[in-house]
Amino acid sequence: MQAGTVPLVAATDYLASGAIKADFPILQQQVQGKPLVYLDSGASSQKPQVVIDAMTDYYRRDHSNVHRGVHTLSQRATLAYERARQKVADFINAPSSSDVVFVRGTTEAINLVTNTYGVSQLQAGDEVLITALEHHANIVPWQMVCERTGAQLRVLPINDRGELQLDRLDTLLTSRTRIVAVAHISNALGTVNPVAEIIARAHAKGAVVLVDGAQSILHTGIDVQAMDCDFFCFSGHKVYGPTGIGALYGRQSLLQQMPPWQGGGDMIRVVTFEKTTYADPPLRFEAGTPDIAEAIGLGAALDYLSAIGLDKIATHEKTLLDYATRQLNAVPGLRIIGTAAHKAAVISFLLEGIHPHDLGTILDAEGVAIRAGHHCAMPVMQYFSIPATARASFGLYNTKADIDALVAALHKARELFGL
Amino acid sequence: MNDLRELYQEVIFDHNRHPRNFGKLEGATHEADGYNPLCGDRLHLYLKLDNDKRVERVTFEGEGCAISTASASLLTEALQGRLEADARILLQDVVAMATGNAVDTDTLGKLSVLSGVQEFPARVKCATLAWHTLESALDQNGDAVTTE
Repeated sequence: MQAGTVPLVAATDYLASGAIKADFPILQQQVQGKPLVYLDSGASSQKPQVVIDAMTDYYRRDHSNVHRGVHTLSQRATLAYERARQKVADFINAPSSSDVVFVRGTTEAINLVTNTYGVSQLQAGDEVLITALEHHANIVPWQMVCERTGAQLRVLPINDRGELQLDRLDTLLTSRTRIVAVAHISNALGTVNPVAEIIARAHAKGAVVLVDGAQSILHTGIDVQAMDCDFFCFSGHKVYGPTGIGALYGRQSLLQQMPPWQGGGDMIRVVTFEKTTYADPPLRFEAGTPDIAEAIGLGAALDYLSAIGLDKIATHEKTLLDYATRQLNAVPGLRIIGTAAHKAAVISFLLEGIHPHDLGTILDAEGVAIRAGHHCAMPVMQYFSIPATARASFGLYNTKADIDALVAALHKARELFGL
Repeated sequence: MNDLRELYQEVIFDHNRHPRNFGKLEGATHEADGYNPLCGDRLHLYLKLDNDKRVERVTFEGEGCAISTASASLLTEALQGRLEADARILLQDVVAMATGNAVDTDTLGKLSVLSGVQEFPARVKCATLAWHTLESALDQNGDAVTTE
């Protein structure tokens, strides 16, 4: 099988058998003398050779600064960069590529919204509604803008299964609610939130909605028009693309209203010392030379996924989630944290008698990479009265054999601890 | 697995399962909080120093990984009866050992089990948390209790 190509036939087998691992050079290594079993895609995903090649090829053949030059290389670079923007727009079914702003990642996207839309729209006494499931990136910027503007931050609570308490939503959506910010999928618990419903109810109350898609972009097809969200953001490095790039989708009518964010080149129309005028979106929000190679890498990643088929990936990951849930529940003393009815392939758990931190170290000695900690979701940990969890998060390259390796390592850990 | 057994020696397991001097100390003269936000280890250290600045009693509360718990438990054993000045030297030796320096089993005794963490750089902070907390506690005067 040639690296980087996907056979037209039986893509699901290609996933189930793990043959697709061959596309990812980093997965070929050993860690601590054992084959690497990478179960930390929720923190960052690995990159297929085609993505790495797209970036190095760009530097080898096409690089120059974008948007400003008339020579051949600058035109090639501009074309490649804007083509990547179109790929993002197509991937999330945005009406136009001018609705897509390139940013560094989800965190930067949310900060962009709070510092432009938030600052210009929020007044004292207004409300911003987030949820108890959020990653710090979708909490702290809102806290900051509320403090700045005098707006109030409200929080939609969760239940013991790690699901949003939707019956509290109507009470928390008041006539003062201006903005709702919600994760599509919880990074700590794997809960899939019913964002379309939340958006409909928020719109009925006159609020706009930002959806944090950092964890959903790699697990499920995204259609921002069907979802009817006002903002959607994600990070490239979580969807098999490079670090340092992400995208913010914004409803064009809102982007038009938003004042510029960072000032500099590219985001302007005319600059004089008397007055400077600003460019239209999306460039209004892209000051300075962008992460061109990274945008191109992101485009290549989205192409790669589309070639495999998001639906096939979702089917494969559902199989993994079901298998892992069964196998983990069979380990004595293991408790899964986050048991929502609708989950993505993310499992947080505790093993009685072994702190997640110790578990992480012991599993690492077996070549198994999981994450142990609060996952940048301290309020979630607080809700369950725990300091941390161990988390296994799956990507398209994971297999049942990977899950078996995880379970074997957990048994070894219990043995080491005399349990 | 060898390095792992160096890190998780029987002494570590013992002190993790049965931490010594665990609990609140009434009449403490020095106290401090220690917290590792990256992994969730947290502890509260209580010290009672007598008029000669000798450690009469030291206890701790908190929750964390086996390394941080064992380290805190071993600390409370090692500090018993020591002068503050000696405690400060000991804490520097422990931190130095955890961060890769040579292990002097004569001065460190049982504490040398913490040297296993040298092969696990991500866990050094677990081993040193209690000791940095100790430093913080000693740096206060007897009356005011501040937390980090």
